[in-house]
Amino acid sequence: MKKIVLSAAALAMTAGMAMAESHSMTVRMGTEGAYPPFNYLNDDGEVDGFERELGDAICETAELTCEWVTNEWDSIIPNLVSGNYDTIIAGMSITDERDEVIDFTQAYFPPDPSAFAAMSDSFDGTGVIAAQTGTIQASHVASMDGAQLVEYATPDETIAALRSGEADAVLADKSFLEPIVAEDADLVFSGGDVMLGGGIGMGVRESDTELKEKLDAAIAKLKEDGTVNTLIEKWFDGMEAPY
Amino acid sequence: MFASCADPETLTGLNWLACYLTNGKHLLFYQSFGTVMLLLVITAPVALAFGFLGASAARSHVAPFRWLGKSYTSIVRGVPDIAFFLFFVIALDQAFEWLRHQVKCPDWGQPIRQGSDFVVCDAAKLPLSSSPQWVHETYGFALAVLTFAIVFGAFAANVLFGAMRSVPHAQMETAEAYGFSSRQAFWRILVPQMWLYALPGLSNLWMILIKATPLLFLLGVEDIVYWARELGGSKTARFSDYPHGDWRMWYFGALLVFYLLLTKVSEVALDRLMTRLSHGQATSGGEAQRKAAA
Amino acid sequence: MSCWETIADYGLRSLGIGERLLPRSDFTLCQQFTLIGSGMLWNIYFGVLALAFGFFLSIAVALGKAAHNPLLRKAAEWFIFLFRGSPLFIQFFFAYFAFLSLKSVHPVFDPFTSAWLGALIVLFLNTSAYAGEIFFGALKAIPKGDLEAADAYGLMGWKRFRRITFPTMLRLAWPAYTNEAIFLFHATALVFFSGFPAWQQRGDALYYASYFADKTFNPFVPYPILAFYFILLTLCVIGVFGAINRRLTRHLPQDRRPKMRLRPMLVR
Repeated sequence: MKKIVLSAAALAMTAGMAMAESHSMTVRMGTEGAYPPFNYLNDDGEVDGFERELGDAICETAELTCEWVTNEWDSIIPNLVSGNYDTIIAGMSITDERDEVIDFTQAYFPPDPSAFAAMSDSFDGTGVIAAQTGTIQASHVASMDGAQLVEYATPDETIAALRSGEADAVLADKSFLEPIVAEDADLVFSGGDVMLGGGIGMGVRESDTELKEKLDAAIAKLKEDGTVNTLIEKWFDGMEAPY
Repeated sequence: MFASCADPETLTGLNWLACYLTNGKHLLFYQSFGTVMLLLVITAPVALAFGFLGASAARSHVAPFRWLGKSYTSIVRGVPDIAFFLFFVIALDQAFEWLRHQVKCPDWGQPIRQGSDFVVCDAAKLPLSSSPQWVHETYGFALAVLTFAIVFGAFAANVLFGAMRSVPHAQMETAEAYGFSSRQAFWRILVPQMWLYALPGLSNLWMILIKATPLLFLLGVEDIVYWARELGGSKTARFSDYPHGDWRMWYFGALLVFYLLLTKVSEVALDRLMTRLSHGQATSGGEAQRKAAA
Repeated sequence: MSCWETIADYGLRSLGIGERLLPRSDFTLCQQFTLIGSGMLWNIYFGVLALAFGFFLSIAVALGKAAHNPLLRKAAEWFIFLFRGSPLFIQFFFAYFAFLSLKSVHPVFDPFTSAWLGALIVLFLNTSAYAGEIFFGALKAIPKGDLEAADAYGLMGWKRFRRITFPTMLRLAWPAYTNEAIFLFHATALVFFSGFPAWQQRGDALYYASYFADKTFNPFVPYPILAFYFILLTLCVIGVFGAINRRLTRHLPQDRRPKMRLRPMLVR
């Protein structure tokens, strides 16, 4: 409570003055909060996961004050370019289309294969395949011969569709499917992995070159001292240190 | 919440449920009901104000005002609310920042639109990027209220426009006969009387407003639907102390009960209000009251 | 690619006819107009059919609510309360869940999880409840004299209903019913947005609008296009219902005909 009162007073002051240069820049980190293990809300309702820990480490290295914000996946890029937060750190693959609109830091996670989760081994890449609306996986399924794409608004619903038999398989990032398949005896990986998109990086506005450089430098440093590797090994079972 | 909840894996049955239902996420879920009620309570008068302005403009004698009022009501009413919600918040935010930018940073050298970026000077940012999170949330909430008010203001304008025309003409003539100016007649006769005629339409609008709140999550507010989806989705043991399957059915069931209750309470309250407003009025409702009393 | 080719390729894309892959880069305004327009076919399909079927059920519901039989009356009241008291968003959710579990009972229910049938049923029930309430209000508002005149002519039962009660009720309810129709068309935008999944990227106008918003990262083009189409659709609805209104009221003296000014009384 005390904090709130203080910051309210601080706000009133800064609003009155012509915005004094702040000592450490506040960076607002936009994430989805629904994509474990990259990012999810824990039982306390706070952002948690691989990206939370990595993001905090990046901020510490780059000496930035970080504030976590969640935003729907659909509008995560429009809200970045319109300045509602300063970076996207939400398991976002670096793709050419996205790169045209925003800039990416260097990847902090290697290219993640997408995989099909199915109810049985007999899945052969044809039949009904579920994917989240508007993902690279959805466009990939749309172009597969013999496959029928069915799109759901959230990743949860794609899994629910698979369990209920609406879909024969789900195509999604393998690291997202891994813990789900591991815990459910009915589900298996089938039909081989597909490589879509590049590595995963942080998104920043194209005009924000200064921030991009800071983050880039911080990520490079964390890769060098092994922090990124440690975090990846902690959050992703059975993954080898990539950097 | 409770001390016994420290180790959820050991819990069973009701204890587990009690701990589950009081974890941090659930408390946020319960809070979001308050957010929705707060939004309803704030939006209603603001939308009414928009509606009043719109209706007054639509019956103005000055042509541009009239066109403005009429096109506001007909355009907004012609489009599904969801279409507005999907881009209005960003549009409003950019509009405010642009205005502030013009005032605060007249000497800014760079263009505001750089490629797809929308860049204003730091002092024009809304809220300032150094503001704490709760300011951002309040601002987001205010934008949501404004968006709702703009959309529902158009419907309210339509209702009030009709109500203003329903006030018996003789009353306005009587006012004139007593030497009221047209402004006086508007404020002292028309406005107080019109509420009775507007109430059925406005109560209907209130019901629609209630039922539009599940779309609040589109406006970036973490509302009950957001939390119901988040909590209901299946959880694996790695990322939660309370793993469970797909429980969305139960959470949406709770929302259903909430909305039905809210509708029922509103119906009863509005009925009472109608009875009171009808008192002594020259309408069939007022007539019935007179007969019952006699 | 010229705009005509785009229209030929994507004009019926929402029905699965034409180019299989949606455009992926170099989005043109023409593509956005064509695909969003193509999606409107679904909005029209849902709206028209739900209204057509809902018209009959809503009259039954209105008569049920006005019935003397308490069982009938309670059933109609609960039906109206349930569908008017809860958001369509949540109705879609439950319907999809229910249809999904029915599907495992018997393969007859297979098509119900598809939007073309499942969502249509939800919209049909939804509009029946709203219109039922409107028609009930109109039924109560029929001038006493009309019914007394019918008695005097010895009109009874079905004949009385068909000749007197029904036309008068329709005439009184029509402005509010027009409003309901407009709202129903707006509500069709929710079908693929929540609740029902889109198959093979065949969706309604909002589906394609959000597809473009998602791919171009710019919401300021596709959503206004969507708004433009809906305003056109609303104008068409007002036009058609206005024509019917003129027919319903043609026997009345000019000054007693209710104007199609949408009455504030029973807006949905």
